[in-house]
Amino acid sequence: MPERTFRVNGRQVTVDVPDDVRLLWVLRDVLGITGPKYGCGINVCKACTSHLNGKAVNPCAIPVRDIQPTDEVTTIEGLPATVGKELHPMQQAWLDHDVVQCGYCQPGQIMAAVALVRRVAAQGRGITDDDLDGLRNMCRCGTYFRIREAIRAGAANM
Amino acid sequence: MREPIGRRRFLGYVLAAPTLVTAAEIGLRPSVAAASSADAQLPSPNITNIVDLNDLMTLAATPTSGLIAVEVGQDGMVSFALPRAEVGQGITTSTAMLIAEELSVPLERVRITLADARPELVFNQLTGGSNTTFATYTPIRVAAAIARRRLLDAAAIALGSAVTDLSLRAGTIVSRSGRSIDIGALADKAASTQTQQVSVELAPRESFTVIGKPHSRIDALDAVTGRKKFAMDLDVPDAKPTMVCRPPTINGKVGSVANLTEVRAMAGVTHVVVISTGVAVRAETFGQCIDAVRALRVTWKPGTAAGKSDETVRQELERAELPLGLPPLTPTVEGKFTFYFRGNSALETNCAVADVRADRAEIWSGLKSPIVAQQTIAAKLGLPASRVAVHVVQGGGSFGRKLFFDAALEAAEVSQKIGKPVKLMWHRADDARQGRAHPMVTSRVRVSYLGGTVLGYEQRHTSVATDLGHGIGEIITGLAAQLPVGDIGFSEIFFKLSQTTPYDFGATSLLLSETDKGFNTGSMRNVYSPDATCARELIVDQVAARMRRDPYQFRRDFLHDDRSRAVLDKVAEVGQWGRQMPAGTAQGIAFHAEYKSVSAVLVEIDCRPATVNRPIREGVTGPRVTRAVFAVDVGLAVNPRGLEAQMMGGVSDGIALALTSSLHLRDGYFLEASWDNYFYTRQWNTPLELQIIVMPSTSERPGGAGELGVAPSMAAVACAYGRATGTMPTSFPINHGTLSFEPKPTVPPVPPSPTDGLNYAS
Repeated sequence: MPERTFRVNGRQVTVDVPDDVRLLWVLRDVLGITGPKYGCGINVCKACTSHLNGKAVNPCAIPVRDIQPTDEVTTIEGLPATVGKELHPMQQAWLDHDVVQCGYCQPGQIMAAVALVRRVAAQGRGITDDDLDGLRNMCRCGTYFRIREAIRAGAANM
Repeated sequence: MREPIGRRRFLGYVLAAPTLVTAAEIGLRPSVAAASSADAQLPSPNITNIVDLNDLMTLAATPTSGLIAVEVGQDGMVSFALPRAEVGQGITTSTAMLIAEELSVPLERVRITLADARPELVFNQLTGGSNTTFATYTPIRVAAAIARRRLLDAAAIALGSAVTDLSLRAGTIVSRSGRSIDIGALADKAASTQTQQVSVELAPRESFTVIGKPHSRIDALDAVTGRKKFAMDLDVPDAKPTMVCRPPTINGKVGSVANLTEVRAMAGVTHVVVISTGVAVRAETFGQCIDAVRALRVTWKPGTAAGKSDETVRQELERAELPLGLPPLTPTVEGKFTFYFRGNSALETNCAVADVRADRAEIWSGLKSPIVAQQTIAAKLGLPASRVAVHVVQGGGSFGRKLFFDAALEAAEVSQKIGKPVKLMWHRADDARQGRAHPMVTSRVRVSYLGGTVLGYEQRHTSVATDLGHGIGEIITGLAAQLPVGDIGFSEIFFKLSQTTPYDFGATSLLLSETDKGFNTGSMRNVYSPDATCARELIVDQVAARMRRDPYQFRRDFLHDDRSRAVLDKVAEVGQWGRQMPAGTAQGIAFHAEYKSVSAVLVEIDCRPATVNRPIREGVTGPRVTRAVFAVDVGLAVNPRGLEAQMMGGVSDGIALALTSSLHLRDGYFLEASWDNYFYTRQWNTPLELQIIVMPSTSERPGGAGELGVAPSMAAVACAYGRATGTMPTSFPINHGTLSFEPKPTVPPVPPSPTDGLNYAS
């Protein structure tokens, strides 16, 4: 089997896995990184949202062959280190607003939120209701309203 | 619990153990004499066939069998194994709060785990009916209060002080002279060498410092850092990913498989085996399981709903509907409402880990009825129940779904067949098409009135059968024997117990009729109430209109009591009921009482074309609930912050049920296979303003809260929609008639894993 090398959460990894296995399963089943969750496997529910070179992606829809040796994959486990703290400001906002219920979708929600705030900041503007309406991450507990509040608070501290 | 002896005085135990362990009895104690009558009232033949109730009763009859225990460790941590399932509803947090209150320790020093299946608890380990806090509120506090008492006694000796000169604060006992000792240092000194019964007084409500104050979830940090472990995150040695190739119609069976050898040779695949529900594939990764499931060529036998569709089921319901009484001579308002099938999937799909050996088995899964799961799995494996360890794992949502243990049963079967541990997970498409559903329902309501008086209320609720085969917990089981209902089915008993009319509407008659057991159904969050309440509240609006009364004032005048009126008044006041709204928008108001709790909701909806037709890729926008105000009185709110979260979730559910979420049945299968087919509320449907008001405590005891928010929210949205459009909706969700997606194929049963993920980087 071919070996693939890339970076995950600041660490270089090499995996021995067929090229077409999707990154989600490389993370979860091969590397044991379980923060990104399975919710659909077809890039719809967004529970696996992670960052590739700082942008939000869904590893359930990326064959591992598409990941280059210089690529940096960040999962929820590696998010705090991107700001050199125990917790990323968005995670702290999630705690402050007690967003979580069952928690299954929340790693993906937080990763999507961080990418959204960065994207909007790059456009030199603040978060709008339309931006929040555009988030596709499913939450079957229905925590959406608190997610909106937390993103606004987290954005203020990013 | 034993009888309270005097005000706030209760009996409990100190157990023989090396460190301090105190306990109290949970729930009704089934006496041996009660066993025969309980037997006769058991809900489902499925259970009585498998679960040997006499065995359970014998286990339960030992003196300390029904106890739940609080343990104080030498590290100063207080531990408690909760015999319930945490699936997001916040009961580990509220349980920790009860212990922190009575034991005067910080919340951080209370460690809550979920108890393995404990068959001696009989029906006292079932998470359902919004019953957890109601059932455990007193026994947990009694155990904690006894621990406090023992620690103070031990401290008195250690510090050479009288107990009356000691105070316990934040886990440390301090004497009047200023000497102090941590409870961890007293854990062995306060222990007992023999089990003894003691009585204790509970803290009075006026002195509470933890209960009733808002607390954030104790598992929040783990959840936001990705450290919280769900069943599929567990590292059980050699438990490799496993999925099942499922039939194209509901509950179809495998006929034959054409290419077993070929699929066994696929990359990563370790095993392929036919099981009772399909063809199981075990592989190195779930991705390879998906590929193998798609590659299998299976011929299938028809299932239990062959050829059926929404329309044929509607006709079945029509035939099963019980007649209303003779038409009254007075004026009436009548309406009939249809509620289509709804999916009961959580975000975490059905899943379980199983390690079955020749003489024993071990199961890990999010389970709300672990005792029945243990008994059923043991029967399937041909093992004694005592050789099957069932571990309850925190669940990624449930909404009633985890009352069933379909994945655990499958995982056990696969593991036994191949002789290897498995980590079995359903694909999202499996969950949508072969998972549990809320049954399709019709509800007919007739109200008779004269002048300003309502003379009678009749409701005929007709439903595809709700599977209650998991047992239904101590409240219902306990009360069933006392009900003057004669020999009617268990679901009718459940319906009668859960459905009441909160209004003084004269002669009232509510009846349930069920038909067709061919579907995989279950008690979806709030069970009968969302549909029944929605139908009732819509008709209440009609009656008010007939009488030329304001919908809020009309409800207010007919509600039974002050507590009910208080929540209704609160939402009317905060939500500015009756304010001027533009054409195409409107307010709606609804009331619901259940689980000894009362609730009212006011919503505002926008049905104008500019809102309804907002473009969202692969989504349903439709009317938007722009604002919701929710007032709730659960008697005593243990954790108001957790209660708010439950009500917010109820609002999200209610919006989905009224406007967007349903399953479409065609040719014996559901068309939905994705969250972009089954339209649960998403961000673009979420209210921009949402306010939850927790009313001041009106009781010494907490009522139920986990399901309460769904029914009134659905009803309020439906009422608002009717007022905004000028037409009362009669079919739910309102968009069911329009199929808003292209159905995925049924063969293969799961869609391919996409390869274009990088194109969506954002």
